[in-house]
Amino acid sequence: MKKVSWILCCILLFNGMLKGKTLKVGKGQVIADITSGLKEISAGDTLVVAPGIYREKNLVIDKSIVMTGINHPILDGENTYENVSVKADWVTVDGFSIVNSGISSTTDYAGLKIYNRHNVTISNNILNDCFFGIYAQYCRNCIIKNNRLSAHQVQEQRSGNGIHCWKCDTMQITGNNVSGHRDGIYFEFVTNSIIWRNLSSGNMRYGLHFMFSNHDTYAANVFENNGAGVSVMFSNHVHMFHNTFRENWGDGSYGLLLKEISDSYIDGNIFERNTIGIFMEGGSRIEMYKNTFRGNGWALKIQASCMDITLKNNNFMSNTFDVGTNGSLVLNTFDYNYWDKYEGYDLNRDKTGDVPYRPVSMYSMIVEKNPPAMMLFHSLITTLLDKSEKVIPSLTPENLKDNHPLMKPLQL
Amino acid sequence: MIKIVKYILLDILRNKIVVAYTLFLFAITFCVFSLEDNTEKGLLTLLNLILFIVPLVSIIFSTIYIYNSSEFIELLVSQPIRRKSIWLSLFTGLAGALTLAFIIGAGIPLLIYVRSVTGLMMILNGILISVIFASLAMVAAVRTRDKAKGIGFSILLWLFFSLVYDGFVLFLLFQFSDYPLEKAMIFISALNPIDLGRILILLKMDVSALMGYTGAVFKEFYGTEKGLIVSFSAMILWILLPLLYSLRKFNRKDL
Repeated sequence: MKKVSWILCCILLFNGMLKGKTLKVGKGQVIADITSGLKEISAGDTLVVAPGIYREKNLVIDKSIVMTGINHPILDGENTYENVSVKADWVTVDGFSIVNSGISSTTDYAGLKIYNRHNVTISNNILNDCFFGIYAQYCRNCIIKNNRLSAHQVQEQRSGNGIHCWKCDTMQITGNNVSGHRDGIYFEFVTNSIIWRNLSSGNMRYGLHFMFSNHDTYAANVFENNGAGVSVMFSNHVHMFHNTFRENWGDGSYGLLLKEISDSYIDGNIFERNTIGIFMEGGSRIEMYKNTFRGNGWALKIQASCMDITLKNNNFMSNTFDVGTNGSLVLNTFDYNYWDKYEGYDLNRDKTGDVPYRPVSMYSMIVEKNPPAMMLFHSLITTLLDKSEKVIPSLTPENLKDNHPLMKPLQL
Repeated sequence: MIKIVKYILLDILRNKIVVAYTLFLFAITFCVFSLEDNTEKGLLTLLNLILFIVPLVSIIFSTIYIYNSSEFIELLVSQPIRRKSIWLSLFTGLAGALTLAFIIGAGIPLLIYVRSVTGLMMILNGILISVIFASLAMVAAVRTRDKAKGIGFSILLWLFFSLVYDGFVLFLLFQFSDYPLEKAMIFISALNPIDLGRILILLKMDVSALMGYTGAVFKEFYGTEKGLIVSFSAMILWILLPLLYSLRKFNRKDL
């Protein structure tokens, strides 16, 4: 009993020591501006900011503190400054409205920038009309969660990326909503990180731009109506699960552009109404299961430079072209997919068709070899050619076929 | 002349085939739009149908009609009426009847289901193609007195424009694949009314994004006001040239 009370005493004592102070600043408080408040408090304290508009140029957080806003106090960068710079570890910035950061072609101004730090949490903020939104460089173990970012620039040069991570590790990007920026979420040299449940829509270039970033996962995100869709390049061990790629329609716009990707998984995603659902170049060892391709121009363009791509149990429905390719060499496996254009039969009732399905149409091969042939798009002769090619394949790659096409779509 | 046009028009409209054609178009257009929940998809299906059926019916019906009314034409020629006005009123009657059939058959459902520029473009092109192929039928019919030969020739014309020409274009594309042919394709497409109509409609639709660089070049030309004027002038020329040629032939023909 004595021992227990001794421990309890210790806990209470330490608890008192560990607990930081809470300082309230802002309109109607003793300290009216945040800058003085930041000077006043020490590491471990909490700074609570009252509602209002704060024009304090560049706020630098160089102590491990928690800074929270009540009713989203506005931090205005007056189109000139970087609103918040985080230059300490273990910092939390929560519940602010960060607006009008500076715009420059030489400096990457951001609404909030984290400089070479770890364990920083940025949550529940609203960023409006910032050049870059949330910018993390050389960071580790940071959480960027439930923020809402929007920008309204028209020119690509005058807009930065929404959430920009450069040379980071173990980042968590969760539940953010990014729109109107250049790239919604930008990853370069970021490893062991997760992008989860974000919505990236109406960005000028890519919804997600992802380069040289290995061992990352992005899951349950929605990428919608972005200028050029999503691009994932030069990475390995990338996991893409249950994302939705929607309405990326236009010349040179892709649902998902994959370039030089290896050892990755693309499972359970939905590709809807994109000019090209997935464009894959130089990929290897990618497993694609249970994806749904619906209403795309090209569901899948898989260049001959890809190898060991496995497509199994995917649904292909109402796409103009199912698969396009540029050569006769096929080192990929298509099996047990559902193709709505399949015209075969199933005599032994094993739910897979008895004749293989060739997803590459003759016309798509012709167009690949000779782009001006697009002039004959939807003309009678191309329909006839496709039909005759189905009977006797000559131009389409011999090995690109699904030996066990499913008779009914998978319930995904 | 107006009297003759009126007579011919009424005669054609009473014809069972035109009524059947109208009903057929009407049924198909309605079916397409009620089966497809996506109007864009419905439009594409309809595009293929219109570019296939409308020219075929127009040219064959017109040819047969002209041959069947040869006695009526002979009767008119014996009257103090200029040959020019006989021939032109025959054409006007045919073109008018086919246009009317198309507007009622396909135009009304299109206007109901697709209230957009694409729908209007489709109606306009359907009308133009009906008239163009009626005009081509005049050429087929005036060339020979033999009905079988004339109908054969009109079928050949239809086959040429809807299939052979495109095959020839494809052949050309592969022969000259080392050269940038996008600009040349604009000119080549104008030489076939069916291709021209198809491209004009496709460019108005979202699917044009699929057409890549070629589509972009086409859009840059046909998308502008100038391009539209040029393309519709080309369509009008496709009506006028065969008509004038057949008129010349008819004027000198020994009936």
